[in-house]
Amino acid sequence: MLYFAKWKIGLVLAICLAGLFFSVPNAIRGQADTLPSWWQPVTLGLDLQGGSYLLLEVETDVVVREQLEALVESARAELRSARIRYVGLGVEGTSAVVTIPQVDQRDEAGRLLADLDDAVTVTDEADGRFVMALTEEAMLERRNQAVEQSIEIVRKRVDETGTREPTIQRQGQTRIIVELPGVDDPQRIKDLIGRTAKLNFHLVDDRVSPQELNAGQTPPGTEIMPAAENNAGGPPRYAVRKRVEVSGDRLVDAQPNFQDNQPVVSFRFDTAGGSRFGRVTQENVGENLAIVLDGQVISAPVIREPILGGSGVISGRFSVQETQDLALLLRAGALPAPLTVLEERTVGPGLGADSIEAGALASLLGLVLVVVFMIASYGLFGGMAVVALFINLFLLLGALSLLGATLTLPGIAGIVLTMGMAVDANVLIFERMREEARNGRTLMNSIETGFRQAFKAIVDANVTTLVAAGLLFYFGSGPVKGFAVTLSIGIVSSMFTAVMVTRLMVVTWLRRGQHKALPI
Amino acid sequence: MPRLINLVPVDTSIDFMKRRLHALVLSVVLMVAAVVSLGVQQLNFGIDFAGGILVEARMPAEPDMGALRDRLNGLGLGAVSLTHIGEDARDVMIRVQQPEDTTDEQESAALKAIQGVLGDSVEYRRVELVGPKVGGELIEAGIWAVSLSILAIVVYIWFRFEWQFAVGAMVALIHDVLITLGLFSVLRLEFDLTTVAALLTLAGYSINDTVVVYDRVREKLRKFKKLALVDLLNLALNKTLSRTILTSLTTLIAVLSLLFLGGDVLRNFSAALAFGIIIGTYSTVYVAVPILVYFDLRREAVAGEDPEAEAGADGGPAPADKAGG
Repeated sequence: MLYFAKWKIGLVLAICLAGLFFSVPNAIRGQADTLPSWWQPVTLGLDLQGGSYLLLEVETDVVVREQLEALVESARAELRSARIRYVGLGVEGTSAVVTIPQVDQRDEAGRLLADLDDAVTVTDEADGRFVMALTEEAMLERRNQAVEQSIEIVRKRVDETGTREPTIQRQGQTRIIVELPGVDDPQRIKDLIGRTAKLNFHLVDDRVSPQELNAGQTPPGTEIMPAAENNAGGPPRYAVRKRVEVSGDRLVDAQPNFQDNQPVVSFRFDTAGGSRFGRVTQENVGENLAIVLDGQVISAPVIREPILGGSGVISGRFSVQETQDLALLLRAGALPAPLTVLEERTVGPGLGADSIEAGALASLLGLVLVVVFMIASYGLFGGMAVVALFINLFLLLGALSLLGATLTLPGIAGIVLTMGMAVDANVLIFERMREEARNGRTLMNSIETGFRQAFKAIVDANVTTLVAAGLLFYFGSGPVKGFAVTLSIGIVSSMFTAVMVTRLMVVTWLRRGQHKALPI
Repeated sequence: MPRLINLVPVDTSIDFMKRRLHALVLSVVLMVAAVVSLGVQQLNFGIDFAGGILVEARMPAEPDMGALRDRLNGLGLGAVSLTHIGEDARDVMIRVQQPEDTTDEQESAALKAIQGVLGDSVEYRRVELVGPKVGGELIEAGIWAVSLSILAIVVYIWFRFEWQFAVGAMVALIHDVLITLGLFSVLRLEFDLTTVAALLTLAGYSINDTVVVYDRVREKLRKFKKLALVDLLNLALNKTLSRTILTSLTTLIAVLSLLFLGGDVLRNFSAALAFGIIIGTYSTVYVAVPILVYFDLRREAVAGEDPEAEAGADGGPAPADKAGG
């Protein structure tokens, strides 16, 4: 038992040196940029370096609703062109419904509706009432797609603001986590990612009289939209056709610009969008084309002549900043669904620095006290335990750096706690040795038995703590997760140092001299 | 060689088990008190769980708190509290607890309004906004985490020991967690995510302590098949006493340095841990081990191969072990 094979000694030393080696970058944090990517200091969490954490929810119900509305519009067009009379066409819950009053038209209507969309199941209920429901898979896919697209667009928008090293990742089904290191006021970013920025061009329905508009009466296929804040000199409400003539998806570029000394946003369509825009303007000269952003009409100019170049301007009552933001949003693309901020946590650089300082001070004091305590209690062997403790700290720091883990303030607490608990394994071993020696065993025998008997208890005790740490990691978020990581690594490394490193030192001590009694 | 400190007298033979009834009464009283307090005044949930807004800001100059409070109350956001925080007189903390039916959008708007009142020249040290939806989910996740970790630990002990030990460990764990929760409720300490982390850590710590003693109980059970259970448990407790005290002290030292120097953010976390270490050590000695008396520990089941029994180096239970402490 008290014999170490050469390779084992080599392995223990190699692991200790590796821990030391990978901790080094933390001492030269200032030059981290010049170090290779596999040899970096541990990443500091947002609570230490300062920064902003946002948890966003994608309102995916909106995309499902939109898809149903589109379904209703295409059903309307199909039924009309087939001259089938219908009543009660609209969205109900998660399906679209329509009733065909004439019995002889129902079969044909059923066929037409079934052909509208593969992702829709049509059921013919009693009395000519048809229910068109999106299949479960189709809805799931649509929601999923909306979240994926939202992540891409949020990334583009955040990148455009020049934030360094943002992290944008999906959480669960419909959520997005945005982490912005170094950002201490995320208001502008929240404003930017909180806007859907869906740009659509609709024709204004000029059949609706001002009286009807005020009373809110519209023919089917037409809806009333409010004017946007920036709308310059237009009416407060517009009756526009629901049909989207050209959508902002087709934009390839948008820039802030000036027209007649007024800030405007100029935009350019891709080829398909450009020709569509050309055709719409060609066919509707003299009508009003509403420029609609997020359901609000910015302006509705009269189409004086066909616009065939595929580009145009959006004018309104804009400030220069507003045209810059709008152009940025249009370039990055529209969000498929609105985003809501569910959670926001921002730590300013001042508090972060204070936390690092407090954490470092607490760690240092804890370390000094534990060192004094161990040496006072166990003398030479206590000193060995202290060496093992320092190696343990290097291993912990090295492992955190190597794994690219994030050190948070609770993570620092985890390190402090590890220091307290790391010596526990040594205390167990030393106490057991003392006990065996008192029971009359020889020096060699008590040391050997001490290690062997204590080992069982050490494993059981540490595995149970590891179980708790594992669940903490699974259920925790952000800083708490960081705590679980440091605690887990600390438990594993402390078992290694207590059992292997201390034993190596004790064995070496035994071999180097003629010892008769346990020095503790 | 300098004399080493011996914090515990060697070879103690304290009769811990004699006081097990007193301890039982004390534990039951504390647990009932905890349940009553949790039932009557609940926990003082921080914004992590209750949802709401917390803003910690450094004003350009020491603010007129009365005027600032009036302006914040003028926003009509519900319960707004404004306090000084930390050592710098310019630092203020604003907490807003909105009614339960607040939507996430209203929450965001409220934060914007507060920032509007504070103006542009403040330095934001901390801004936290937790929407009502997330708050509820975090409570749920916290309950799951604590319950599952207790369960997982118990299953592990059952697997490694016998079911009686698993039951004892579970009772001790629930005892520790419940009384710590009760303390947070009685003292109205803020209960947030890091407190849950502290609860899980103290569960891990407490069980760590318990397992070490259980390990020794099992060892003694195999060795002394005829010794009365009460005496055997006393023996195991006395043999591990010095370790129990030493480890609790080193860990407590580390945690106390966190409590006093770790800064405001970690204060509740360290307080929960410090209390947990004390209660965890107590529960090992006076809950987890005495409870074994009430079970018929089938010695045959735990008696396995044990080389130490044959080695016979152990002095065996001295008569002193049976003497009162």
